[in-house]
Amino acid sequence: MSLEVIAPVLLTVISAATPLLFAALGELVVEKSGVLNLGVEGMMIVGAVGAFATTASTGSSALGIVVGAGAGMALAFVFGVLTLTLAANQVATGLALTIFGLGLSSLVGAGFVGIPVAPLPKLAIPGLSDLPLVGPLIFGHDLLVYLSIAAVVAVAWFLKASRPGMILRAVGESDVSAHSIGYDVIAVRYRAVLFGGAMAGLGGAFLSLSYTPLWTEGMTAGRGWIALALVVFASWRPWRLLAGAYLFGGVTIAQLYTQGAGGLGIPSQVMSMLPYLATILVLTIIAAGPWKGRLNAPACLGKPFRPST
Amino acid sequence: MFKDLSRRRFLAGSTAAAGAVALGGPLATRAALAADPLKVGFVYVGPIGDFGWTHGHDLGRKAIEAKFGDAVKTSYVESVPDDGPDAERVIRQFATSGHQLIFTTSFGYMDPTMKVAKQFPDVKFEHATGLPSAMSDNLAIYNARFYEGRAVIGTIAGHVTKTGKFGYIASFPIPEVVMGINAFILAARKVRPDAEIKVVWVNSWYDPGKEADATKALIDQGCDVITQHTDSPAPVQTAASRGVWSFGQASDMSSFAPEWHATAILDVWGPYYIDRVQKVLDGTWKATDVWYGLKEDMVEIAPYNERLPAEAVEAAEKVRKAIVDGSLHPFAGPIKNQAGEVKVPEGTTMTDPEMLSMDWYVEGVSA
Repeated sequence: MSLEVIAPVLLTVISAATPLLFAALGELVVEKSGVLNLGVEGMMIVGAVGAFATTASTGSSALGIVVGAGAGMALAFVFGVLTLTLAANQVATGLALTIFGLGLSSLVGAGFVGIPVAPLPKLAIPGLSDLPLVGPLIFGHDLLVYLSIAAVVAVAWFLKASRPGMILRAVGESDVSAHSIGYDVIAVRYRAVLFGGAMAGLGGAFLSLSYTPLWTEGMTAGRGWIALALVVFASWRPWRLLAGAYLFGGVTIAQLYTQGAGGLGIPSQVMSMLPYLATILVLTIIAAGPWKGRLNAPACLGKPFRPST
Repeated sequence: MFKDLSRRRFLAGSTAAAGAVALGGPLATRAALAADPLKVGFVYVGPIGDFGWTHGHDLGRKAIEAKFGDAVKTSYVESVPDDGPDAERVIRQFATSGHQLIFTTSFGYMDPTMKVAKQFPDVKFEHATGLPSAMSDNLAIYNARFYEGRAVIGTIAGHVTKTGKFGYIASFPIPEVVMGINAFILAARKVRPDAEIKVVWVNSWYDPGKEADATKALIDQGCDVITQHTDSPAPVQTAASRGVWSFGQASDMSSFAPEWHATAILDVWGPYYIDRVQKVLDGTWKATDVWYGLKEDMVEIAPYNERLPAEAVEAAEKVRKAIVDGSLHPFAGPIKNQAGEVKVPEGTTMTDPEMLSMDWYVEGVSA
């Protein structure tokens, strides 16, 4: 298989994986702090509508990206108040916010259906972007794609090698111990939740500004749920998350290409199942293989923190 | 009010009301109708913001409201999945809440609509794109001959393609979609006999991201005209970003691709809906099986893009007029299937039942 055939496929894979990567990375940080945020889908889609509405009204996609992240953050703030301050059940709150986010985005977006915007400009470095195949593949993406890769690096460093990252992990593993040492568990979790919301919003903004530069209701089409699964798939490790997002995106795109090339006689419904089957297969291998026991969910995931003091 | 309502006053009042109704007769009925608007319910499979299939139906609903004003009250539920128990629940909810006429706008609602129609013989149901066998005393079927529109756009595709390869973003392999694919390539092959069509199934009526990816996949494999049987404008937009011609589905999608949107097949449900509501109001509604096309204006072709070559537009108009006056049938023989066998002999045309159960592809389709 020559690079000529693979290069356009890889281009599509990269853009398919980016929204998943943003949302899943944000959720990874949130879950590492011990909070289970099922509202990712709702935060993604309010980010999408916020970004689109802003760009369509003002013409500035930079402002659109900022507002998209802000919209996700705002919904995450509501989630934070309900689950951290009021100690409500995290699963129920997350689900409620997903439904709320979907409805709110439909309401806000109703006036923007049928309006196209210019897609995010792609990077164009004079010498490098023009290289025959490698050029567009490595140097021809828009800002958000590079931001997603940079975010993986930043989050990996943050969690592994920085003090606030270690405190966040401690809060996620044992909130009571962290509280007794003197760390403000609720404040740490709030920051994590807001970060997660902003990242989900960025993922949504990428969808409505770059992937398909239009607004239609429900345009996230379940990506928030896939992002949640990817976090588990990645065993809460950022680099494995990158691999997972690209694997999922890759299989999704590969099955579409295979269909276009004649389908190999496999029914299209089976092909549609492939990304999910691949994820389950890899999860099974991780759980049962020599890597068994490395599934390291944060110990306090999903438990509300009620300080006794 | 109820405190000072004595039994005597109540009986006197109700007798007077009953007398008025009995004496009033037709006048009272008209007054009652004005007081009690006809409730019409719509069940949509997608969001009204899809700018495609459901959007078209909602325009029809708005046409009803515009025409009948206060005599009719419409309500709708959107994005009801057609493959689970939700559909039945929503339809039943409409039936039990006083709706006299219910439109269910997706093939997948056929079984739930039939079930609820049996249980509510006084409520009238209209099912879109279903099978004629579903029709009953209170269940009408309506469909549009989209394949006629496909024949027109297939003609254009045959004229503008350079590579001879067409990309088709398809949803589910049901007869309606199969008809569309076949009609398209048959018409295109009349212009370009070696043309072929590649189909990608996204297994959804509406998934903008997947439709965009499928479009990219098809264009990367050499297709230079894109058409779709899914409901979002994503394929049109993605095709335009690569400089490839595309056709809008169910609505005019030219705002997403002013330079590369050749034309679109428009679903025009308004006149049919207004007619059916009028029949209910007049008391003359009967279950019918209606399959209208270009001739009855249930299917229309959107304005042609100015950048199309003149000969393509001329040829398309010729095909359209021929279908309208009956001299051209998109499925007239001889038609061979993928294996080369003659399925429709020369001199014959496919019948409606044959088309509605089409499960084979013609030559030139790789699906």
